[in-house]
Amino acid sequence: MDLQAIWFFLWGLLWAVFFMTDGFDFGVGTLYPFLGKTDEEKHTMIAAIGPLWDGNEVWLISAGGVTFAAFPLVYAVMFSTLYSALMLILFTLILRGVSFEFRNQVEDPRWKRIWDTCIFIGSAGPALLFGVAFANIFQGIPFDGAGVYHGSLFTLLNPYGLLGGVLFLVLFLQHGALWLGIRTGGALQVRATRLAALLWPLVVVVAVVFLVASWFKTNLYVNYLAHPALFIVIAVTVSALLAVRVFIARQAWFTAWFASALTIVGATFFGVIGLFPNLFPSSLDAVFNLTARNASSSPLTLKIMLVVAIIFVPIVLVYQAWSYNLFKHRVLPADLAHEETY
Amino acid sequence: MDVVTLSRLQFYATSAFHFLFVPLTLGLSWIVAYMETKYVRTGDETYLTMTKFWGKIFLINFAVGVVTGITLEFQFGTNWSGYSAYVGDIFGSLLAIEATAAFFLESTFIGVWIFGWQKLAPKTHAIVAWLVAIGSNVSAVWILIANSWMQHPVGYTMRNGRAELTDFLAVVTQPFAVTQIVHVLSSALLLAGFLIMGISAYHLLKKQNIDFFTRSFRIGVVCGLVGSLAVAILGDFHAKEVTEKQPVKLAAMESLWKTTRQAPIYLFAIPDEENGRNAVEFLSIPGALSFLGYGNFNAEVKGLNDFPRDERPPVLPVFLAFRGMVALGTYFILITIVAFIRRNKLLESPLLLKILLFSIPLPYLATQLGWVVTELGRQPWIVWGMLRTSAAGSPIAVSQVVTTLVGFSLVYTLLGVAGYYLIIQHAKRGPAATAA
Repeated sequence: MDLQAIWFFLWGLLWAVFFMTDGFDFGVGTLYPFLGKTDEEKHTMIAAIGPLWDGNEVWLISAGGVTFAAFPLVYAVMFSTLYSALMLILFTLILRGVSFEFRNQVEDPRWKRIWDTCIFIGSAGPALLFGVAFANIFQGIPFDGAGVYHGSLFTLLNPYGLLGGVLFLVLFLQHGALWLGIRTGGALQVRATRLAALLWPLVVVVAVVFLVASWFKTNLYVNYLAHPALFIVIAVTVSALLAVRVFIARQAWFTAWFASALTIVGATFFGVIGLFPNLFPSSLDAVFNLTARNASSSPLTLKIMLVVAIIFVPIVLVYQAWSYNLFKHRVLPADLAHEETY
Repeated sequence: MDVVTLSRLQFYATSAFHFLFVPLTLGLSWIVAYMETKYVRTGDETYLTMTKFWGKIFLINFAVGVVTGITLEFQFGTNWSGYSAYVGDIFGSLLAIEATAAFFLESTFIGVWIFGWQKLAPKTHAIVAWLVAIGSNVSAVWILIANSWMQHPVGYTMRNGRAELTDFLAVVTQPFAVTQIVHVLSSALLLAGFLIMGISAYHLLKKQNIDFFTRSFRIGVVCGLVGSLAVAILGDFHAKEVTEKQPVKLAAMESLWKTTRQAPIYLFAIPDEENGRNAVEFLSIPGALSFLGYGNFNAEVKGLNDFPRDERPPVLPVFLAFRGMVALGTYFILITIVAFIRRNKLLESPLLLKILLFSIPLPYLATQLGWVVTELGRQPWIVWGMLRTSAAGSPIAVSQVVTTLVGFSLVYTLLGVAGYYLIIQHAKRGPAATAA
């Protein structure tokens, strides 16, 4: 593989890891107003993702940074054409981020309600919108050779785009519910895991509809038909999704969560592989497509960034794994009483 | 207003707001790590209380700083796509390195620090505090390297219709960046020192928690003193870099119109940009500007009139901001020297304590003014001498930028009010509540 192709797949990998990690805290944040019946349960749900969400969100910053560094033209055109959608995501993420810190600082139900609302919006919003954005990228965005977008925010809310949004949302909800299975106990855990079991058939249905719709709405399958061995990726993803149900039945929450993580990575790679070498295809005319070939940085920059990635990404993975390991236990009331916790 | 003007306004508003929180994060992270280390080393519970009390302020501040940083990275794509496509080969990689090498470190370990008190050995927990401090400050280093490259682009060649990297080391080690980095990081330490002195002064004036706040104050005053001296010294080094690399910015900082030897600094002047002169100027220090720029009272300093009109930054705001920053910098040195001398007689120095309490906002003002000098002084270029700001925008609609500008104003007002409300409440309450 050449440098441009390596960076194409690294780019995909960063998005996949972002969805895999921040995905479960989006899920927990979306379930938050429905599953957290008491203030203590709400507090527990925040504590379940509290130590990890911030580090998870850096994968988004990295995915953005790598888009900028490795494919500057894609960065420029993607984020300016998707201006309104991306800004909406950023606003909701901002509100969510401070809410975790602010919520428990003042003992006043009205104060807490403000930040509880922000946590919900800031979790459900990005989950849905990232799905909408990526599905639209899969089918092509109406932009021309000058990078001018011919559409509006509502252009993105087409049936296939919305289907992508729903797929991401249900995947993250299941992912989050399973995380609560790992980190909570008692009635909350029972409600969360029961919900995970209920969500599973829904995920399967939406995923199947999405795979079929992609056949008609996108060119994603072209690469698969050219190299049938690639269908393994879809097979692995589907198996991972089936495994989720098996492990839910065994009440093996951590393994089920892990299978769900694999499902999300697989789903992302299903799209990334189908896109190659396109990073940002135009629905107006294929000559405007931005690809790993025509939109990349210079070979020197790609080389230097590869060295940086080879050194730092494994280090990051090691210390993030360490912190996950530190916070994989059940959140206990004693943990909540502690002053510093949100 | 056009898209570029609105985008500039938006970038100014969001980055200025972001930088209300960043310096405290940078400076206080070292101090909290130091306090926790002292606790681990000595077993003195007061240091633990300090870590938790100042740490809480750190955390509230940190939360706002982090979330407002995310938008800045993405705005280069959303609002400045012309810029991103043109210089992304270099600038983009610096931002990506910042995320992978530093931002992950601070964001992962901040979570461990907050939730890890019961799970980690005290020593490990203190190390985590240092990792947060290192992550935050190294993150700032990469951002400042990127900013310096916009001020003084090096290590590139024009190829394929864009700037392409040729010498990575030249980009990361250029003196312009090094002096700017140390200047900014010292100002952060200074700001944190003043915050600690000011809040301590509040309680000492009320005669509450005297031991706790006297000891906190002594840590704050050392940071304030070291920070204010380092800021001034590095500011001077950096000014010499600006003189060499951005001579028109220097001329605007001093509102110097005619090229002269023994160029003076006017303590008072009103620039008249229309006619290329100062409408009023008096109280000059002869040769001071030549000395500031070149370390030589006789050196020739090029005046604004010898630069094309369309390559000059707006003079008045740059001139005023620079004056304000230098005046405040001088004040910081003087007041911290007094505070340092009186550090063992604080209770007998109510006037000093009152002054320090009301001085808390001043380092914030000074850092904001510093950025006005740097960024407004860079205009009309987005990348100095290479790409004009007017050519760097995105092909987006005015209505889109207006909408987000309104959105940012609302959301950031909410964050600012809530964030500072919490910090002030906590600061006033004192450590009694934290110790529980």
